[in-house]
Amino acid sequence: MTTAAERRAARPQPGQRRDYHFPAFERRRLENGLELIVSPVHKLPLATVAAVFDAGAVCDPVGREGTAQLVAKLLLEGTEQNDGAELTERFERLGASVDAHADWDAAGVTMTVLAEHLPEAFSLLGEVILTPAFRQREFERLKAERLAELLQLRAEPRGLADEMFGRFLYTAESRFARFEGGDEQTVQRIERDHLLSFYESRYVPGCTTIIVVGDVTPDGAEAIVRKCLGGWHGGAAKRVVADDHPARLERAVHLVAKADAPQSELRIGHVGIPRNHPDFFPVNVMNAVLGGLFNSRINLNLREAHGYTYGAFSAFDWRREAGPFLVHTAVRSDVTDAAAREIIGEIDRMRAEAISAEELSLATSYLDGVFPIRFESTAAIAAALSVLSLFGLPEDYYDTYRARVTAVSADQVLEAAQRYLHPESLQMVAVCDPTAVRGPLDAMHFGPLNVYDVTGQRIA
Amino acid sequence: MLFQGSADVEANEHFELIQRAGGTLNGSTWLERTNYYETLPANQLELALWLEANRMGKLLPAMTQQKLDTQRDVVMNERRWTMDNQPYGSWMEKLPALCFPPEHPFHHSLIGSMEDLAAASLEDVAQFFATFYSPDNAVLSIAGDFDRREALELVQKHFGPIPAANRKPPLPDMALPPVFGQWKREVVPDDVMLPRLFLAFRSPVFGSDGYYAASVCGAVLGLRNASRLRRRLVRERQIAAEAGAFTYDLAKGADLLVADVTARPGVAAEQLEQETAYEIDLVVRDGIEAAEVERAVALIQTMFVTAMQSAAERADRLSMYATYFGDPHRVNDEVDRYRAVTLDQVNAFVRERLGESNRASLLYVPRDQAPGELVGAGAAAEAE
Repeated sequence: MTTAAERRAARPQPGQRRDYHFPAFERRRLENGLELIVSPVHKLPLATVAAVFDAGAVCDPVGREGTAQLVAKLLLEGTEQNDGAELTERFERLGASVDAHADWDAAGVTMTVLAEHLPEAFSLLGEVILTPAFRQREFERLKAERLAELLQLRAEPRGLADEMFGRFLYTAESRFARFEGGDEQTVQRIERDHLLSFYESRYVPGCTTIIVVGDVTPDGAEAIVRKCLGGWHGGAAKRVVADDHPARLERAVHLVAKADAPQSELRIGHVGIPRNHPDFFPVNVMNAVLGGLFNSRINLNLREAHGYTYGAFSAFDWRREAGPFLVHTAVRSDVTDAAAREIIGEIDRMRAEAISAEELSLATSYLDGVFPIRFESTAAIAAALSVLSLFGLPEDYYDTYRARVTAVSADQVLEAAQRYLHPESLQMVAVCDPTAVRGPLDAMHFGPLNVYDVTGQRIA
Repeated sequence: MLFQGSADVEANEHFELIQRAGGTLNGSTWLERTNYYETLPANQLELALWLEANRMGKLLPAMTQQKLDTQRDVVMNERRWTMDNQPYGSWMEKLPALCFPPEHPFHHSLIGSMEDLAAASLEDVAQFFATFYSPDNAVLSIAGDFDRREALELVQKHFGPIPAANRKPPLPDMALPPVFGQWKREVVPDDVMLPRLFLAFRSPVFGSDGYYAASVCGAVLGLRNASRLRRRLVRERQIAAEAGAFTYDLAKGADLLVADVTARPGVAAEQLEQETAYEIDLVVRDGIEAAEVERAVALIQTMFVTAMQSAAERADRLSMYATYFGDPHRVNDEVDRYRAVTLDQVNAFVRERLGESNRASLLYVPRDQAPGELVGAGAAAEAE
């Protein structure tokens, strides 16, 4: 028999590490305030364009949540020059895949196309940004599609657990306590005029960024953008700051009833910290050890040691204001309480003692080594530049990322866990069969327990 | 079990070593192949080759009943998560069962029933491994930034000593007639809010001459927003909340082209099926137009070039073409094959394969809306 140490020594050693740099990019500003970021990547004849607007769900008018997503989606449903069918037809005959969406902090249109078609595809994109028509028929159709999506969500445990988690986490006044795309009540209240005024106030050049990545030059890209958007006028919109206060500071359990569910979709967490936080790197490394990676403590415990689940992970949901910290997993109904106990135990252990040098290096060497793999595609690079612009990160953020990750110490990880994990405030949300799960969870004495139906009405 | 260690690798260490090297990894099982893959920094190539070779050559000594029991629980939870606790989740099992005869290898469940998972013994797993996981039945593909000669030497060093098993049994006869011969139907009452229809057509196998016309037809029908079904059923007629189409890409026996349509609230299941069939009938009657083919091919081309940016995707395509056809070079001709598809070929496919005698519909109905006779219809169709 050989010893573990001997076996380790016999393993292949890495060759010399090769250089990698995040693709170079140039930032320019047009006279009308529009920001342009161009990153030439000549690997393949492709270009990705991301148009990012300060028009996310946090800007939704109170009571009409869902407006931001409807506006973003309607951009692609017709312009003054082309109705919806013609517009999609023209994009797609160029082979352009175009998508529009709004998340919490920003709205965006993303397009990938062969570089030879970029000028023509971008002129369509210019139309989409400057002259969307918001036709009544398309507006009503998209509203109905959102209501259909909500209906589907009520029967889909995974998505429902994600959406309901926010609702139980944040104070009722917070935008984060409502679904990102709005719910049945708020979407019903939205009329076409609301979309127009949202569009006019939030889609303005002074807080819009156009990112072009791919087989282009900065001057070439600027010429294309200038031709279509140089004449766009308007100022900048005021940034909306979302209320990120928690609903409560004590633990509580919120069960969403789904009869006969064979698994419990479990979410355990609390309000986290904003993206622009001085402790971002220690927190990121801490989370990697706790539940960010396959070999993290939570997944090894729940999946590999206990066989409770197909996977269990933790994450900080990064937003301009404090998004959730959460552990998410789906476990067999009869082990819901046991799984919850293990998760809470791992959170406590993270705060109780410093991680070993081996665990630290496992997390940091992963985050360091995987960095180049994250930016293989024009779309991934464009998304990274959107993050840079949206959160106002420093120019050298991606150049210094790896050094900052590997500089995090075990003491910093412990400090981050003690400061930013709050076991006393954990909220537990489970979309589950309450007849199987409620008794054992009550017996845990985790906190007051309420049962809701899939629409969020309290039933017990 | 392949991630649970081998003679020189401890349980969970495979993941740890790749992760420590800054790599990502996973594996997947499909009807015609299982693949294991990792993406690492280029200077870590040998680690990946050593790990793959170690488990190919020396997995069995590390297999234990306890590891099997835990992984069985993990897979059962995967099944609950992806199928049993997901609305419409059973389609992945029911559609192949409806479209392939019971004795055909594509008929049965890919992930396996709870009963079969429970019944798999350590001996079964070891037998399967010894039969199929050997160099004479494996394709190794490497894509990225490496020196060709050095890489080949490393492959020789680590995989060269592993003996061939030469145990793989011949495949059963998988040939099938070109069409179903009738309209197969199954109705599934389920815990869902909206009716959803999977309408399948038997189509030419992946990689064959006829496949590319079928694939283009699928894109004409259901790829992105200007596709026929989205335009007609979602945008214009507002029968459906969502509509798409895809091919399974099966290289043996027969492939399937599938239209996947979810009803708008208020549209009944029968109406969804009738209206979708009506649109397909129009395609059969009037044919597809040249502009629709151009749009489909343009989108497919952009998607293909986009996918080729990733080393993992390049390695996967090389492996797929080598495994199915013994010809990894096909990756270089793929776009040309699509561009060569003519309007006449697509319309010939439409006439031959989209008719009533080559349809299989799997219709999901919200449980509380399912009338008694519809529920019975599924049983009747199966009994035929």
